[in-house]
Order: sequence, then structure tokens, then C-alpha cells
Amino acid sequence: MSILVNKSTKVVVQGITGREGSFHTEQMMAYGTNVVAGVVPGKGGQEHLGVPIFDTVAAAVAATGADASFIIVPPPFAADAIMESAAAGVPVVVCVTEGIPVHDMVRAKAFVDTTSSRLIGPNCPGLMTPGECKIGFIPNHVAKPGPVGIVARSGTLTYEVIQALTEGGYGQSTAVGIGGDPVLGMSFKDVLPMFAADEHTEAVVMVGEIGGSDEEDAAEHVVARGFGKPVVAFISGRTAPPGKRMGHAGAIISGNKGTAQSKIDALTKAGAGIADTIEDVVRLVGERLGAPAAR
Amino acid sequence: MKLLEYQAKQQFAGAGIAIPAGRLARTPEEAEAAARELGRIAVKAQVPIGGRGKAGGIAVVDTPEDARREAARILAMDIRGYPVRSVWCETGLEIGSELYLGITLDRDRRRLVVIFSAAGGMEIEQVADESPEKVIKLWPDPFRGPQPYEIRQMAFDALAHAPALQEMRGKLAAQLVGLTQTLYGLALKLDALTCEINPLVLTPDGRLVAADGKLEIDENAEYRHKDVAAEIERDASGDEATTGEDPYEAEAKRRGLTYVHLPGGTVGCIGNGAGLAMNTLDLVKQMGGNPNNFLDIGGGANAEKVRNAFDMILQDPDVRGIFINIFGGITRGDEVARGIIQARDELGITKPIVVRMTGTREEEGRKLLQEAGITPGVSAPDAARKIVELTS
Repeated sequence: MSILVNKSTKVVVQGITGREGSFHTEQMMAYGTNVVAGVVPGKGGQEHLGVPIFDTVAAAVAATGADASFIIVPPPFAADAIMESAAAGVPVVVCVTEGIPVHDMVRAKAFVDTTSSRLIGPNCPGLMTPGECKIGFIPNHVAKPGPVGIVARSGTLTYEVIQALTEGGYGQSTAVGIGGDPVLGMSFKDVLPMFAADEHTEAVVMVGEIGGSDEEDAAEHVVARGFGKPVVAFISGRTAPPGKRMGHAGAIISGNKGTAQSKIDALTKAGAGIADTIEDVVRLVGERLGAPAAR
Repeated sequence: MKLLEYQAKQQFAGAGIAIPAGRLARTPEEAEAAARELGRIAVKAQVPIGGRGKAGGIAVVDTPEDARREAARILAMDIRGYPVRSVWCETGLEIGSELYLGITLDRDRRRLVVIFSAAGGMEIEQVADESPEKVIKLWPDPFRGPQPYEIRQMAFDALAHAPALQEMRGKLAAQLVGLTQTLYGLALKLDALTCEINPLVLTPDGRLVAADGKLEIDENAEYRHKDVAAEIERDASGDEATTGEDPYEAEAKRRGLTYVHLPGGTVGCIGNGAGLAMNTLDLVKQMGGNPNNFLDIGGGANAEKVRNAFDMILQDPDVRGIFINIFGGITRGDEVARGIIQARDELGITKPIVVRMTGTREEEGRKLLQEAGITPGVSAPDAARKIVELTS
């Protein structure tokens, strides 16, 4: 019914006692996410928001069987927190922190790749399987369960797409915000095959933006090669000038690399539907799945 | 955070990399004095972009009088929008060969890449396009760094395309091992996203000297390099914080706003979240308008931040109207509405404002706006169409 997280997912929160950490953990609990532990070095043995705190992720996993982590710690400590989660064998590691130094992430990413952990983020809104589990910031009220998988670099556009699909009558299997940094954990090409393998996902919406070549890479190596399900893509930043960082650290056109047009061309060639607006996303999904009433 | 050539070279020299002797001059008189001291010099414009040689920003002079005259000319220049505030006066090098050595982030591989070529100089990008086999790349293990055998391999692969250097390849490879490890260490120490020597000059007597340098430090890591940031600030002349930025962008930075200026545009744009803000510009363009800027007020923005954003956008007189596009997640519609009304009333804005608002507390926000005489829309494309109509 979903990928990466579901109703049996048990979450440990790194940074649970911080202001932001507390707030979003409460929101996650209100949504129904099973938060089983928090980690704050030196505060092991205490309790916060009704869950036990541990000094280390390894101790939290040993005691609670947590199989996903939510990392919401300040940038100087975030890469280390990611590595701690991966070293403790947590299968799904979600880091929302914005502003992690790139060199820290290069090392953390290389380390995670030597483990079996999957990293989502950083600088992302997290992910949500509607009605079952959310880890991160995605607003509680907009999503509903259904057949459309979403994988997106931008947070607000993830919310926009979810809301537009919900209003159009199309629920979502899982929405994954992979983040806007140049060095990311999972990218489009890692998430798409999971949607392909998920029997309840019938179509996938990709929300890309300028910078890097992950969209092109996914188009060429995943979408074009017998993906088996319709893909609708939306790319933002068509008007972005070269050499300027458009908010996200990763959203920058370098020389002639990373333009919206190059991504649109690659995705078109791979057979994806290209949406010009969010409203267009819903229309194209509808063309591929049929009217919601008929389903 | 981009360093100027002379600042990059100071970092190189501090790490033990050879650079030509040079002096910084902010006036023609200082350039004249530098020439008196150093003899024949190159007078080089200090701007944070490439292509300054082709733009006439570099002059080689033989006498102090020429240095003074050329410095006066270059200091009056504006190179692709960047006013020249200083010139670096450095002794000319005897050039045997021009090589290239650089370290940068390879986004596709999520790693740093070391790039070396025996065909360095101004045309390196063309070489990379037309003869990629002459440009050798090495992706070191992030925990181990580049090892001597890997660097030698890189050197031999590149030198195979340089017949004139075959004879001395053993000695050169050995020199490159030390230089590459030093440069890599510097890139790590400074959190550099780009750390480049081009050209890396091989002198006739066999020394490797950094004739030009490019260094860009990761803004996310600025907190670890306050000393470098402070030095850049100290060295800067004029009001703008660092290096001849767009004046509007410099002002936005002072105000703590995430803003990119698109000179000549007429529609001011505000969004919450980078993706949505980018999409706001795209929508304006799709409807036939010209966006003036990118401005992300971020998640959870309060009324004051919204007011600040309006004030910022209106600094550019080209702006004929403002489009604010809000999808409330953490951001609350009523808070944004209060900011919009405050901005309009306190700043006395008479230019058209179009609001698109949906998400958290949208009803409260829309009610506030309606009471204040602003009609908010729900559809982003419709709102974009409206602002384009109102500003055409």
C-alpha cells in the first residue's frame, strides 16, 4: 500500500527536545505516527512527550526496535546524527535539517552507502504514507490514501501537489520529499523503482527543479526503461537565471548544466507527461488513471 | 562565498603553494608603487567572475608610469556588472607550460572530484568539451583522500597527451602528488566548493606556480570560517559587503532575506518555500509577464517578515506590482495577511498587489484581506494572470 513507511513503522527522533523537534514530533504523533523513542546525548533515562529518551541511537534501537529515524538537529551536528543512525542499523533515516555543510554531507553520504540504511534528505520535508505514518513536516490535513506516488525535491510544492490531487479525487500511496540540497541521500532514481514495485501505486508524480542532473538521470535510467507505470513530471525554475541559488542550496544552474529545459527534454523523451502547472499535474494524472468517480 | 583572486592566492600561499610575488592596489598610485618595487608586472582586475582577460581587465606593463595608467583604466571598469574595486599587481612568470588543477563538488557522484589537465589556460572549458580525454578526473574516497598512487595515475594519464612533457613525467608526477594533496587539504579545511589553479604554470626551470586562483567557500559552512569571511569584508571597499554584488541582492542579504534579482523585470514576486517561489516566477512568465525577483519568505514567516519582503521588492523602481503566492503549511494565512495589510498601509503602496492564498488558516487570512479591500485568489495561475494584466 506504500513505500518506506507504514502503520507499523516505529520512529526514533534525534533532537526531540528542541523547540522545532518537539513541535513536529507532536504533529507526527497527532497524525498517528508511532514515535517510540527520542535521542538526546546526556538526557538518557528521561521522558519527553510521553516517550523514553536515550543517550544514543543504538540504545534506542536496542530498547524499542525503532526502524526509522527522524533527525531534526542543528546543521553542525546533523551529518554526525545521520551516520549514528546508519551505524545503528536504522533502515529508514529521514533528515530535515537545512544548511548542512556540503563536505559533511559528502562524508555522511559515503558512509551511509556502506550500510543498508536508506537516507531521505537532508533539507527535505520528510515523507508521508497517508492515513498511516508521516515523518517530517508535511501538513496533516491535506493528504488522503490512494494510488498516486509522489517524489519531490521541494517541500511546498509537495504540499501543493498533494492538495491538488486530493481535491481532484486522487489519493496518494506515499509522498517522499527528497530535499533541495546538492548532496542528497535517496534521489529520484532510487525512489522510483520502489514505486514501480509497490502494487498499490498506479502512477507517479515527480516534482523536480533546476540544478544537478538527477531528473535527467532518473528519466534515462528508470523512466525510459520499462517503468511500467505512468509518470507525470513538474519542473520548477524555468525562469531562473544561471549562477544564482534559488533558495535551495541545490537549485542552481551551473554553466549550461541543470536547466529546467534539459530536465523537461529528458523526461519527455523517456515518456513522462510534463505538467506546466500544478493544476496540469492533476489533469495529466486523470488522463492516465481515468476519472476518479469511475474508479 | 567567492574569494577574489588575490584572496585565493593568499590562502594558497598560506598552505605552501607557490604563487608569483604581488601587491594589491586600490588606486593607480598604489599600482605605480607596486611596479616600482616588482618591475615588469601584470595588472589584474579583482572581480569574482571569469573572462576578465577577454574583457580587457588584465594588462602587462613594463614601467611604473604604464602601471599607473593601466590601473586607472581598469579601476574605472565594470566587468559584466561587477565594478572593479582593486587590481592585483604581480610579477610576470616565465611560462614553460600551462596546466590545470582543480577540486570541485561532483553533484552526480555526491563526491569531490580532482581534475587535472596538461592543457590548462583560458580555453580549459573548450578543451573539456572538445577533447574530454585530455581532462582527467579522480574521485577520492572522502575518508581517505587522494592517495599518491591515484594522483600519479591521474598525472600520467593527462601527461600522455602532452608529448613535450613526457621526458619529465616522473618528476612532474611526484610534484603533483604533493601539490594535489596540499590543495585537497586546503579545500577540506576551507569547506571549498571550488578550489582551482588555472593556469598552473610549469616554469622553464621546472617549478609549479599558481598563476591564477579560484576559491568558493560553502555558505552553509561559513560559521566555521568567520576569519575568512571577516577578511573578505575588511578588504572590501565600498558599501557592498563582499565583492560587487547586485546592489538589491546586497540589500536583501543585510535584511536577512532569500532574494535573487532579475534586473529589468516588472512583477515583484513573493512565495513561501523555495520551490513555490521559483514556480511563482515561472507562472508570471507563462502568463506573459516579466518577474523582477525571487523571494522566499520561508516557512512560518510572521507579519514583519512579509512587510520586510514588500519593502525590499519595492526598492527597485522597475517593479509595477507585486504577486504574493502562499501555500500555508507551517506558514499561517492570517499572519501573512496581516503582513500584507501592514506593508500596504505603512509603506503607502499604491501599486497593484495580487494575493494567492491557500492552506493553513486560509479562511482567516482571506477574510482579513477582503476587509482591507484586497481580493485574494485561490488558483495560482489565475492570480499570475491577474498581476500580469494589472502591470502591463
